[in-house]
Amino acid sequence: MAGRSSRRRFLEATAALTGALTSCKRAAAPEEEGPRRIGKPLRAYGERSEFEKSLRALPTTKILEVGQSYTPLAEIYGIITPSALHYERLHSGVPTIDPDAHRLLIHGMVERPLIFTMDDLRRLPSVSRICFIECAGNSHLGYGAKDAPTVQLSHGLVSCSEWTGVSLSLLLSEAGVDPGAKWILAEGADAAKMQRSIPLEKAMDDIIVAYGQNGEALRPEQGYPLRLVIPGWEGNANVKWLRRLKVVDQPYRTRDEASKYTDSMPDGTAREFTFVMEAKSVVTFPSGGQKLAAPGFYEISGLAWSGRGRIDRVEVSTDGGTTWQAAGLSEPRLPMALTRFLLPWRWDGREAIVQSRATDETGYVQPSHEALVAVRGANYEYHNNGIRPWKVRADGSVTDVAG
Amino acid sequence: MWLVRSAVVAATCAALFAQSPKYGVGRTPTPEEIAATDISVLPDGTGLPEGHGTAADGREVYARRCARCHGPKGEGGDEPKQSPLVGGRGSLKTPKPLKTVGSYWPYAPTVWDYVNRAMPLDRPGTLTHNQVYSVVAFILSMNGIIEEHEVLDAKALARIKMPNRDGFVPDARPDVGKKR
Repeated sequence: MAGRSSRRRFLEATAALTGALTSCKRAAAPEEEGPRRIGKPLRAYGERSEFEKSLRALPTTKILEVGQSYTPLAEIYGIITPSALHYERLHSGVPTIDPDAHRLLIHGMVERPLIFTMDDLRRLPSVSRICFIECAGNSHLGYGAKDAPTVQLSHGLVSCSEWTGVSLSLLLSEAGVDPGAKWILAEGADAAKMQRSIPLEKAMDDIIVAYGQNGEALRPEQGYPLRLVIPGWEGNANVKWLRRLKVVDQPYRTRDEASKYTDSMPDGTAREFTFVMEAKSVVTFPSGGQKLAAPGFYEISGLAWSGRGRIDRVEVSTDGGTTWQAAGLSEPRLPMALTRFLLPWRWDGREAIVQSRATDETGYVQPSHEALVAVRGANYEYHNNGIRPWKVRADGSVTDVAG
Repeated sequence: MWLVRSAVVAATCAALFAQSPKYGVGRTPTPEEIAATDISVLPDGTGLPEGHGTAADGREVYARRCARCHGPKGEGGDEPKQSPLVGGRGSLKTPKPLKTVGSYWPYAPTVWDYVNRAMPLDRPGTLTHNQVYSVVAFILSMNGIIEEHEVLDAKALARIKMPNRDGFVPDARPDVGKKR
């Protein structure tokens, strides 16, 4: 009752205030109007400022139910990708799934097959973890990413969120895994029923069956209502719209782990089950498509990540790789998460080739593109973690090095 | 005998105790619930359902449901890109590798699985099992892997040795970017 009457008083006061402002508006000079006008009302679900225009880049193809959209990495602050800008990869469109009707089935080589509702899963102990997801095809060498004009198109198939859900190991323990089991098969509820085989060892380690992303439910394009999050492993294995986990003793060699996402070698063979995304970094400022207004101070900024753990070190070169300086690493610096690196820089107005090189906690150093191709050959396409230079021209414009 | 039996019971109890559920959340699915989604097919053909078809049967289904994207002869279309199904044998070492069902896919039953679950793109999962056997037969026959009148069923499909069966090797990374 007290609440209702105070709300009424508030409404009356607001009405009076609006009246007062309206009368002010008539009297006031035009240049004084803005600051004195009451702003927009409360709203139940927020949206960004109308002046902010960052967007995912869509492919130029006609069919948009298959393909990928790219995160605008140069326009992201810190390490968290806004959910609305997290890259997308679709194999058969985004399904519309009623969470009340959705089920997760666990079966196969288990003592007790189990079926869970979303409410069941939310009852269980939860875990939250910030980690990146990177498409195996990020910086794909067959699709022109090597000389892409912007960092969005060359590296925008990586994003980073806080994911919340249940440990897969907990669910598997509830079902009781048979001693002979070695793999799990994860399957989505999209129209393609996308499926991937995942080694049981990783499944019992750190995989999350996630329903939360950055504090709210998963976005539909990120697998609503349920997906796998596999810290450090190629995006495709992080099966979205997860509906089924079958515990098995061998991999299924499905289309997306045989015909796709396998890495061609010079002798004609192809590497399979190349899950880990190796250490990688890229400068997001200055990067392709940007323009430096004038010589002087700038902060070089970028992102580094490794599927094998923490980023220990990022070095930046502004002279085409002749000399390197250690960049500062922003906290938090989490394993298998994007890590922000920063380096103060005074641009002297001359052409500069800017690039970064990451080292992770295992001591692995991000290689050059040339070093990758020297070993893996020209037909190598996925899992490209090579160094990516940008050219700052004397007029301040930034392009691909070839551009 | 009694001793043996009680030893077995004791061992079973120990195993169950070791893996007994801690939370007891979720329920036991019915066999029908499992069967409804358990459609995955192993490389050895385990999981393939009953049904059969020939390339001759598949020609018409292919023309109607597949050719728009994959081309009349499996040569691929403009969009979606990278959808050729035929050719490319011997190309994987060359500067222009052509990865198709014939040149790249290691197992025939997984082709059946993918067509069954995800194709055609505009209406996935709408082909009958016989139609899937027929279309897969047609694709394999266009690749010269089977004859046009060969009847494909679960057993026949599992017996096929795809040309690139032995073309896959384990992950060898880290192979570049050596530790300092």
